Amino acid sequence: MFRKLAEVLRHGLKNRSFVFGGAISLLFFMVAFLSYFWTPYPVEDINIASKLLTPNSQYLLGTDHFGRDILSMLIKGARNSVIVAFVAIGIGIGCGVPLGLTAAAKKGWIDELIMRFNDFTFAFPSLISAIMITAILGPGSVNSIIAIGIFNVPVFARVARGASLSIWKREFILAARSAGKGKFRISVEHILPNIASMLIVQATIQFALGILAEAGLSYLGLGTQPPMPSWGKMLNEAQTFMHLAPQLAIYPGAAIAFTVMGLNLFGDGLRDVLDPKLRRSR
Amino acid sequence: MALLQVQDLCVTLNTTHGPQEVISHINFSINAGEKLGIVGESGCGKSITALALMALLPPDSKTHGKIILAGQDILTLNSSKICSIRGNRIGMIFQEPMTALNPVKQIGAQISESIRLHLKLTRKQTLERVIELMDKVGLCVTRFPLNLYPHQLSGGQRQRVMIAMAIACNPEILIADEPTTALDVTVQEQILDLILGLTDSSGMALIMISHDLGVIAQTTQNVMVMYTGNSVEMGSTVDVFQNMLHPYTYGLFSAIPNVGSSLLPGRKRLCSIPGQVPELHLRPRGCNFAGRCSSASTICKEKEPMATRVSDHHQVWCYHPLTCEDKK
Repeated sequence: MFRKLAEVLRHGLKNRSFVFGGAISLLFFMVAFLSYFWTPYPVEDINIASKLLTPNSQYLLGTDHFGRDILSMLIKGARNSVIVAFVAIGIGIGCGVPLGLTAAAKKGWIDELIMRFNDFTFAFPSLISAIMITAILGPGSVNSIIAIGIFNVPVFARVARGASLSIWKREFILAARSAGKGKFRISVEHILPNIASMLIVQATIQFALGILAEAGLSYLGLGTQPPMPSWGKMLNEAQTFMHLAPQLAIYPGAAIAFTVMGLNLFGDGLRDVLDPKLRRSR
Repeated sequence: MALLQVQDLCVTLNTTHGPQEVISHINFSINAGEKLGIVGESGCGKSITALALMALLPPDSKTHGKIILAGQDILTLNSSKICSIRGNRIGMIFQEPMTALNPVKQIGAQISESIRLHLKLTRKQTLERVIELMDKVGLCVTRFPLNLYPHQLSGGQRQRVMIAMAIACNPEILIADEPTTALDVTVQEQILDLILGLTDSSGMALIMISHDLGVIAQTTQNVMVMYTGNSVEMGSTVDVFQNMLHPYTYGLFSAIPNVGSSLLPGRKRLCSIPGQVPELHLRPRGCNFAGRCSSASTICKEKEPMATRVSDHHQVWCYHPLTCEDKK
């Protein structure tokens, strides 16, 4: 396990998008982790006297209309994004991968049923449906996690099925069957390790999409609820003060764009690194 | 009673030309410890026969007949019972050691899988068994640790790992589907010796599938010659090799290049069997070989030949078995 990781790193360090994207993603995760121990100011502290301050030595990125420290809110917002995207991916992998593996292993009507249901879910634009789900279940970060998670399921199911189908045709699967293994065992012991790299890459992309979706839902007021800060909500609140304090919109917007770009670059680089055929420095 | 009896085995596969019978009416039996060879050119149904014995044919294929393993017809068993036979009572070695091992799993884990599956051993016993197996197939654990990945081994070493996997549970029958085709000649020899040694020492029956007559001669007691899904000649290897009766068998033997003779004066051109193997959907009504056979007559084209028993251990499916003069 450790050796594999070291090998991925060794190849990865030659790949520019892996390094650049990885650095941004790492920064993002570290900031999110930091929020558990320290933020410059508590984000719940409302101090109307010092509202809408421009960046200064006391408040590095200034304050919002309640006088809350923007930097602290960004740091804590990162944590919120990580949690929502992470759990949503967990739902996607936890349900989607078994479904995809089952579809590829069983074929026939089970495959049809799973994949047609997948198509059905795919037919709806995911953000719109996420809005619908949170509208039904009520706004809140748990419900937004569920809504985003549900739309990760068909993505992972499809990737898992497609990749497994090509693995099922390989000769070592026939060898495994000749050793007396059932379809379930083969799926877990042979198929899954072989498609893991694709799932990991897909996970990084879905992670970025999850952050975007969370920001979108929060922007509409359906995601994270106050007083927990969220980048999407910060954007929404900044809208009112666009003319007075445009920097309020720029910081969370830049944070979202920067993080999503970093994660996408990382996923891109990781795909090249994990696939020996694509392993070349860019 | 024979350990494995195959009676009237027919296999129909779905092709682009609709369902086609690729194996028709194959009969053979094998006793414990016996070594049977199946020989024939590519596409004659050797590997399909092997897969049929393991019940590993694609789900849209149809298999008729009986495959009786120790009194039990494999074709009537449900899938979980078949799984308990595969790997446990019948082991199989594949042709291509490069692709028959999972590239992302360590060899130790791959060998131990069927042990964990079929034999109820403790973790420690399993590990001991894996080391014992590695030793048996000539891979010393000190030089080849169990945490190697297949890509770190050579072709011959991988085939040894495959053999270790196939014999992990001491099966009664070992099917070797062209185990040496993908290997070079020196390694071939070692692998054949290894397979023979292992089957002899544990009393395993061996079904050796090959297109290489030399391999068959070296390893088997009995042989079945197949052509287009039919058996054309069957008997003890000595009988068939010294006194071949079917024109196809004779053609196969004449087509073996003889390196020495080409240097001698009065050398002959290398013989070949004229014509081509008829395509699945274009097979004639009578004998499938009639179109390429020099001694074919009207009846050959009309009616499929039945088995003619020449001696206790030798039968041939031909209306005009070769005589001594034909072979000159």
